[in-house]
This record gives sequence, structure tokens and C-alpha cells, in this order.
Amino acid sequence: MSATAETVEQVHSISGEKYKYGFVTDIAADKAPKGLSEDIVRFISAKKGEPEWLLDWRLKAYRRWLEMPEPQWSKVQFPPIDYQQYHYYSAPKSDDDRPKSLDEVDPELLATYEKLGIPIKEQEVLAGVAVDYVFDSVSVATTFKKKLEEVGVIFCPISEALERCPDLVRKYLGTVVPVADNKHACLNSAVFTDGSFVYIPPGVRCPMELSTYFRINEMNTGQFERTLIVADKGSYVSYLEGCTAPMRDENQLHAAVVELVALDDAEIKYSTVQNWYPGDEDGKGGIYNFVTKRGACRGKNSKISWTQVETGSAITWKYPSCILQGDNSVGEFYSIAITNNAQQADTGTKMIHLGKNTTSRIISKGISAGKSDQTYRGLVKISPKAEGARNYTQCDSLLIGDKCGAHTVPYIESKNKNAIVEHEATTSTISEVQLFYLRQRGIPEEAAVALVVNGFCREVMQQLPMEFAVEAQKLVGISLEGSVG
Amino acid sequence: MLEIKDLHAAVDGKEILKGVNLTVNPGEVHAIMGPNGSGKSTLSYVLAGRDGYEVTGGRIIYEGEDLTDLDPEERAAKGIFLAFQYPVEIPGVPNSTFLNEAVNAVRRYRGEDELDKIQFVKMLRAKTKELNMSDEMLKRAVNVGFSGGEKKRNEVLQMAVLEPKLAILDETDSGLDIDALKIVSEGVNALRSPERSTLVITHYQRLLDYIVPDKVHVLAQGRIQKTGGKELALELEEKGYADFVGEEAA
Repeated sequence: MSATAETVEQVHSISGEKYKYGFVTDIAADKAPKGLSEDIVRFISAKKGEPEWLLDWRLKAYRRWLEMPEPQWSKVQFPPIDYQQYHYYSAPKSDDDRPKSLDEVDPELLATYEKLGIPIKEQEVLAGVAVDYVFDSVSVATTFKKKLEEVGVIFCPISEALERCPDLVRKYLGTVVPVADNKHACLNSAVFTDGSFVYIPPGVRCPMELSTYFRINEMNTGQFERTLIVADKGSYVSYLEGCTAPMRDENQLHAAVVELVALDDAEIKYSTVQNWYPGDEDGKGGIYNFVTKRGACRGKNSKISWTQVETGSAITWKYPSCILQGDNSVGEFYSIAITNNAQQADTGTKMIHLGKNTTSRIISKGISAGKSDQTYRGLVKISPKAEGARNYTQCDSLLIGDKCGAHTVPYIESKNKNAIVEHEATTSTISEVQLFYLRQRGIPEEAAVALVVNGFCREVMQQLPMEFAVEAQKLVGISLEGSVG
Repeated sequence: MLEIKDLHAAVDGKEILKGVNLTVNPGEVHAIMGPNGSGKSTLSYVLAGRDGYEVTGGRIIYEGEDLTDLDPEERAAKGIFLAFQYPVEIPGVPNSTFLNEAVNAVRRYRGEDELDKIQFVKMLRAKTKELNMSDEMLKRAVNVGFSGGEKKRNEVLQMAVLEPKLAILDETDSGLDIDALKIVSEGVNALRSPERSTLVITHYQRLLDYIVPDKVHVLAQGRIQKTGGKELALELEEKGYADFVGEEAA
């Protein structure tokens, strides 16, 4: 069936009578027709067999989305998004559509995997090769699963969680990032396709780093990913998202939502390495990454720590934030953002101090090269009741070449006289003499740039889990290839 | 080892070296002395291949090969080492990481196997011991927060690790008190060998009390004006450079 005919038929089937009566079971289509409407929202929900309350929730979000304006305050520039040109649902690709082996995969992509030192098996997974994973990953995955089950940790796709523990999902979904938080989050609420759900029971220290690597089969969760992590009292979890390899993806618009909830004495460490396709030298074809990430330190003495390494995407719009509600709670944001060529990034964080003696720490390292443009945008807000609140912010920008831009926009709102808020910022370049010095010791120019940049990022790199950090360091070098000379 | 023939070089279009001739044989230590602005540092940068230091005439032959078109890293890999007058700070990069990168980059260039972490650390420990240096310096970021003396010792350590065939010491004595000068000189002397040539660029004679040269050259107005033995340095100490600074510089 041609694509057009397929679309016509789907539109017909969706808008047809059938649908009004429930339209649940027999939808054979793998892909929703292009465009966004209430029907599409229903289509997605039906396709996933969701409970009524979630459909209502999605529809509410959709209706709000229609009215909401696009955020205009960031510094990134792009033509208006035509939301009707996208597909909002597609089933995971069948093996027939995938490359049969690495021989069929773009050699340039493979070259990058090679440079990152990614094992062949993982390369196949990342490139979407249709291979049987039963022998390697799944057996590993089952071992992990068993271990997690023993301690009562729930780690599964959010759609599965809706069956396994619907009450937990319902209790927390949308409580950190409300449906109508912003236009992108609102869109996600209406049409999210899947994502991870994590629940750590009281007093449990999650026995391993939770990584999306373990859920290889769920990797194609689509462009509207939704993650919800709940750490119950006295628990701890470290979650790794993304991967250093460039992700193959045909979807241009990504609007993910991540919600974290930490109850009394709980700690969540969330690390991201994001390397989506940035487009060609002019940014053409690159991913728009509009993400809403927020954590609520709901309980006393709770802690949420965000660490991110952002090197991909044509446009990044992302502000992982912490709401410090519980007394003595701690929020941290460690960020490395690298932009090259025509990439644009507007990223930073918000630390909202509500509880007493809450502390936050922001370390942001921005590296701009080529003709890219980067903005750090941060908000530190101290409410009147946040007695003894403290914040420390350090924002460093490194410029490579003379055609890129770096901007720092810190907002500070303090309504408590006893709060202590510190902000430090620097802007520097890689000097010719630094490069000469390193090259004189035998280090080739690009490696010299990577070394200086890694040094610049060191404080943040140290926050990453070990194996992630090693890859991330290599990634820094690769992201900046061609930025000098 | 090194043969410089009628070398002319310019910076920002201004000619600084105006026909330098110099031959250094394996194992020899040559001192190049001269007043400020005579082109001493320019000569060292031209030899190392720094961008912006343009060879406008003549040739630099190193081990039978013309260096002119080689990048700084290629020259380094071939065994040329420049100890900087002002060693550069690289924030956040531990000294040991930097040295590891350098050693392996050079080995790669030469087609040798890279050293793994254990081999490298072993080698590095041996070098610091040889030079009587503390390992603590290896953990700190390259030259960041180092005293003047520490920076120069760090240069000597790098030299020991990279084992160059031709070492150029650019005003290594500047900014050092007498104790630091002794320590650094001992380090340099420890590295003297029949295969290694050294070019010591300095303003003052005092460094040459510690690093005794085979030959002394006077560089002034972009040319070698006079060559002699180590006694020439003493003579210069007494008389200054007045004889070599003509009306051009006056």
C-alpha cells in the first residue's frame, strides 16, 4: 500500500463511525496519520489500551495546548513549527524495515561508533539493526530485572506501569510538570508515546545504575517520551538517560517530559548524555529538542541532582529544575553544553527554594564553536519562607573561534533577607599559546582542543558515573571536530 | 643534528631573524645569548613551528630533513622539545593526563605501541624519582597555581618524559631564584647525553655556570654576531652587548 493510500485509509478508519463507540481493539495501523487532533489523541490512548482517566488527562492537555502560545522568551530561532506535518504515533519498526546488518548502516555513523569505542553488539542496537538480542542483552537484562525485583524496585515502560501499578502512576503523573506547564510539555502530555517508570520503595538503595541501555527493546519510544521516577522515603537511585552515540531518528521534533519525585530523605541522581543529530553544517535536518525536566524534593532532607552533557540537536531548549519543598532539601545542576556549526542551545536550570535551609548548586559549562549560539538561562528563586536558603551558581563559557556566541542570563528572585545567593561567571577562549604548548608536546591540534575543553568541563565530568564519563570525554573531542584550523 | 642556514623569519610581516647560521652536533650544548629583542625567543618559536612565525628565507635542517613545512606536533614527535619561558596553564587537566596524552601521541606518530596506564605510571614514577620531584605535582592541573620554580621544574619533567633529541631551553632561568636555578639546572644536566643536543637561550651568564655549554653564540639584530667557547659568556657578562648593538637598534 502506498503511503498516501495508507494515510487515507487510516483517516477514514479513525474518523469513521466505529471510533465513537470505543474504537479500542482492532486497529491494525502501525502509524497514525499525519497531524494532531482530538481523534489522534484518542487513537494513541486506544492503541495503548489506556484507562479512561488517562485519556481524559490527555484530552485536557490537548485542549490546553491548542490555546497556549509558543514560548517566545528563549534566544533560539527557528521557523514556526507546523504541528500538522508530524505523525504522532508509530508502532516500533518491524524487522523487515530495519537494516539487516551493519553493512547497511551509514558508514559515517559507524565511524563515530568506532571512535567512541562502542562494542559491535551495541552498535547494532544503536543503529537499529534487526538482530536477535536474546543471547546478549536480554539475558543480561533478565539478571538485572531479577535483582531489581528482589528489592522491590519497579523499572519498566510507563505503559507497562499503568497495568502493574496504576495507582502509583496516577498519584504522581503530572504532579511535578503540570499538564499546562508550557506548550511543549503540554503537547507531550497529550500525545506521549512511552518512556520509563521507576519506583524505589522506602529505604531501598537501588542496587545498580538504571540505564535505558537495559531496555533495548523499548528504545524506539518515539519523540514524545515521558519519564516518571519516584523515590520513596529514604531511598536512593541513579538513573542514566541517553547515550553518547549519535541517535538515529527520523523525528525532528522531540518534546520529552521527565518528572522526579523525592520523598523524605530520598535521593535521585539523574544523568543525561544527549547526542541527537545536530543537522548538517547549517543545522538542516537536525533535531529540535524541547524538553521539560523537573524534580520535586518533596520530603525533608531529600536531594535531586541533575547532570547533563548536551552535544547534539540542532536546537536545545531545556532547563532541568528542582523544586526544593522539603526542609533541608538539596538541588544540584551540573551541565556541559557543547554547540558547534549552526547549533543553538538555550539551557540552564531553575532552583525554587520553598523549604527552610534548602541549598542548591549550579555548575554550568558552555562551549561554543563554529557559528553556534548558546545561552545559559537560570532562575534562582527564594520564597519568603525559605529561611536559611543558600545557592551557589557558577557559569563558565568557553568560546572557540570568533563566529560563535555565548550568553549568560541569570535571574535571581530572593524574597528572604537571610538567603545567601552567589553567582560567578566567566567567559574565556582557548588561547593560541595553549594550543601551541600542547602541540609542542606532540598532541595534535584537535586532540589539544579536546584536552583543553575536557579540562574546562572537569568539575561536571566528575559528577558522571564512571563508564559514562569515559565515553563523554571522547564525545567532547568528536563534537568539536573541525572547529579549529 | 641541527643545521640552520641563512634563516630569515618574520612576525606580523616584520623581519626578526635576518640570516641566522648555526650548526649543532649530537651531544653538544650551545648557548645563545643576546640582548632583549635580538630574536632569541623568535628563533626558538621558529624551530618549534609556532603559527605566525613565518620562515621567509633559508632552511632548518634537522637530522637531514627540512622542518619548514612540519606542524609543531610533528616536530615534537621527531624529537624537538621547547622548554617555555612562560609555561602555559591548562586548567582542569591533570599533569599526568597531559603527559600521558603527549607520550602516546608521540608514540602513535612514530608507529610505536601506546603505553597502557600501568606502563605509563611506572615510567612516570621512575622519572620523578630520577629528578627528585614529588608525585603530588602530577595530580595538579598543568601549571595552574604553580610557583615560578615549579613551572620550570615541570618543563624539565616533561623533557625527561618525552626524551627529546633536541632540547631548546628558552630563558629557563628567568624568574628563578638561585636555589630554583640550581635544581632546574641539575635536572637539565641529568638529561645530558651523547645523543641529545641542547640549545640554551639566555640573557645572563649565571645559568651557564650550571649548564656548561660547548659553544656560546651572540644573537643580536637577527643574526649570530659572534661564536666562541664558554669563556665568551664571561666576557659578555663583563662588557655587555654594546659591541653588538649597532646604530640600527640604538
